[in-house]
Amino acid sequence: MKTLAKYAIPAAILCILPFLIDAAFGKTWVRIVDFALLYVMLALGLNIVVGFAGLLDLGYVAFFAVGAYLYALLASPHFGLHLPFWLVLPLGAFAAGLFGILLGAPTLRLRGDYLAIVTLGFGEIIRIFLNNLNAPYNITGGPQGIDLIDPVRLGPWSFGHSVYAYYFLFLFFVLFTAFVSTRLQHSRIGRAWIAIREDEIAAEAMGIDTRNVKLLAFAMGASFGGLSGGLFAGFEGFVSPESFNLMESVMILCMVVLGGMGHIRGVIFGAILLSVLPEALRYVGPLQQSVFGRIYIDPSSLRMLLFGLALILVMLMRPAGLWPSPTRKRELSAKGETARHENTNVYDAGR
Amino acid sequence: MEIFLQQLVNGIVLGSIYSLVALGYTLVYGIMGLINFAHGDVVMIGAMVTLTVIRLLSGSGLPGPLVVLCGLGAAIPFCMMTGYLMERIAYRPLRNAPRLAPLITAIGVSILLQNVAMLIWGREYLSFPQLLPAHAFPFLGASISFIQILIVAGSGIMMACLSILIRKTRLGNAMRAASQNAEVATLMGVEVNSVISITFMLGSALAAVAGMMVSAYYGIAHYDMGFLLGLKAFTAAVLGGIGNMEGAMLGGLLLGIIESMGAGYLGTLTNGAMGSNYQDVFAFFVLILVLIFRPSGLLGERVGERP
Amino acid sequence: MPDARLLEIENVSKHFGGILALTDVSLSIEKGEIYALIGPNGAGKTTLFNVITGIYKPDSGSFRMEGIDLSGKKPSMMAKSGIARTFQNIRLFSNMTALENVMTGRHCRSKSGIIGAIFRNGNNRTEEIETEEKAMHLLDYVGIRKHADMLAKNLSYGDQRRLEIARALATEPKLLALDEPAAGMNHSETDSLKGLLERIRSDGITILLIEHDMKLVMNLCDRLAVLDFGKKIAEGKPGDVSSNPLVIEAYLGGS
Repeated sequence: MKTLAKYAIPAAILCILPFLIDAAFGKTWVRIVDFALLYVMLALGLNIVVGFAGLLDLGYVAFFAVGAYLYALLASPHFGLHLPFWLVLPLGAFAAGLFGILLGAPTLRLRGDYLAIVTLGFGEIIRIFLNNLNAPYNITGGPQGIDLIDPVRLGPWSFGHSVYAYYFLFLFFVLFTAFVSTRLQHSRIGRAWIAIREDEIAAEAMGIDTRNVKLLAFAMGASFGGLSGGLFAGFEGFVSPESFNLMESVMILCMVVLGGMGHIRGVIFGAILLSVLPEALRYVGPLQQSVFGRIYIDPSSLRMLLFGLALILVMLMRPAGLWPSPTRKRELSAKGETARHENTNVYDAGR
Repeated sequence: MEIFLQQLVNGIVLGSIYSLVALGYTLVYGIMGLINFAHGDVVMIGAMVTLTVIRLLSGSGLPGPLVVLCGLGAAIPFCMMTGYLMERIAYRPLRNAPRLAPLITAIGVSILLQNVAMLIWGREYLSFPQLLPAHAFPFLGASISFIQILIVAGSGIMMACLSILIRKTRLGNAMRAASQNAEVATLMGVEVNSVISITFMLGSALAAVAGMMVSAYYGIAHYDMGFLLGLKAFTAAVLGGIGNMEGAMLGGLLLGIIESMGAGYLGTLTNGAMGSNYQDVFAFFVLILVLIFRPSGLLGERVGERP
Repeated sequence: MPDARLLEIENVSKHFGGILALTDVSLSIEKGEIYALIGPNGAGKTTLFNVITGIYKPDSGSFRMEGIDLSGKKPSMMAKSGIARTFQNIRLFSNMTALENVMTGRHCRSKSGIIGAIFRNGNNRTEEIETEEKAMHLLDYVGIRKHADMLAKNLSYGDQRRLEIARALATEPKLLALDEPAAGMNHSETDSLKGLLERIRSDGITILLIEHDMKLVMNLCDRLAVLDFGKKIAEGKPGDVSSNPLVIEAYLGGS
């Protein structure tokens, strides 16, 4: 009875949520929630790389782009291919994973900060290619991107542009990625990832082949990105290089860091918070208009500014994130005097 | 042959700017082992402040070059202040934290600087007024403009001054000691904290000059100009061997030449399939190749994870 | 009689820049003994440790584990080949619990991959249960079972040392290399450490020990070698070595 309540009540809430939101705030907000779910998937993927394995990937959005463009190329009038989504989606995840390995293999033996800058460059390169591969053969559609992408279709039933249908589809994939992440975290591989994050030399001395295990983290994270990319393409019906810039990577990183690196629930919380909260900033423009008669601060740059500030402040004051992992919490309640130490020094020891 | 010479000239000019910015990365890395992601954005701040002062003075009737100098005179201290605050607030508290932490704050600082700049100076491209003589000199079939000469000479002088500072002065000694071993340097009475602050300020001063040069050369400035420039300058520093000053200068020049040769010849080589719109890709491939085949760079030490 | 030698080090040299950290060091460790490595600070003890655990590659010379040449292999290979170690300044996985630390030590003796982790099939479940049981047993063995769920960084100093030993034992080593395990311990802690090490040896694991606590070394080890300026200057039973004039010179006179 208790377990029933534990699962049935959240499930029921999640099922009626989009309709409640529609009734209260309108359809636009259901769409915002759909996007929030996509970001949850992306953040969970990046969490494997940054949160578990401790590798800073600043070009994560490139894998998102790979998944999205693959979907767009294989299911749109662009090449006249209309492959079904259950085939294209795993293909996108696989291709993104492959890119992850290609990028990781030569660079993962280097120190973490080099990896950060190489991934940063990789993200830009992918965008430059997407922007320019429209001549001499039109592959990516150039800056205009690819339009009229097939919506997701299950058997005879097309999702069309129903925000509700995509809500449930995305919810399913969010649960799937959260499930996989949790399973991985509490496994031999997951422990090896965290061990590398904590102390790479000690991890290697325990017989962990750090290079392979890091590559695995990179590939897993990338394929989650590819998966979300495919879903994004089907949902939007349109992809262009614009959607895959550095700021997107930074935003996803922000979600992981703010929520709590390595803590799955924290990361989900961070992703929802950062994808819903900026929407509220939209009201900052009209508010200024009505109070001062003109717009002083552009809401979209205010959003990025706050993200930058959040990254700095969280690292300085709460390096474990807003929602630290339960092991730490258990410790906090068990031993009061360690609490202060916990908050200031979470990643400190062993260096 | 003319194309070759012209691209060589352009490459050297571009390269001297890269060298200046790369020095900022290398100085900080040498002492703290930190890649200061926000360094490229300090270059942008330098360009923006220079332009702001120039615009204020452009109606005053002062001669053009003097106006530019005034702009630079304002930009250098402003950038030094930015560099100082950045280190004090965002990096110093994390000096003993794991590597990931200062990297993440560095990204944060970069985003913050870009967006503050966007709030202050807007999203539009700002143009650099025609204040410096525009005529060009023919040279073996290529042409060299006055600004190009100014850039190469200016960065040459800056780098020479920096070399003397680091090799011949007490401060330079302290900096070298701190980069060898901060703990021992502390025991020897070196104020490591102030050495680090000064290093950030020196790098930022070079960045301010580079910012003025870039905006004068291309005639424009933009709030996100620092990102790509920073990435390339970092590549230059790695190419030369990060932490190594001569390496940064050499790497900058080489990267500038590689890029401009690539941009000049890629179209012909690929039969028009790829053109100069791929110019920005070269730096990245250079970076990957260096990291794979010679991670220590041309003049540097190893950068692998081994202790 | 079968070959009693477990680890043979032959003419190993290692230099850093102009400094010779090790010069032509040779020694061999027999199965089942406790072998100590002593010498003044900077004599090259930890460097030798880092060579046989794969962190440094020797410039010349080689070493064999049960006749198999391992010189220059990766650290993870060393662990798989049966050499486990602890570190002079403790290197635990600070934000993992004590139990998880030891479970991580079982990495090279288990093989579940991604697929197993996601689907939790039979093999994977059996292996996870076995890993946890063995880890629990090892925590018990070193005497910190009651702290299984504490984060490693919150353990007391002595317990961290013990946890490091448990983690190393989890790799099922033939040779356990301990870098100053008694450093920073008081008398009673050192005594109980001595008991633990004797018990590990009686369970058939050979121990290589770097230690500055002479009383512990002399009471515990079967044989020892003395390093000074990267050279082996003496080797033998504790009584013989302590009366060796070269050793007395290295410890009392000289530098």
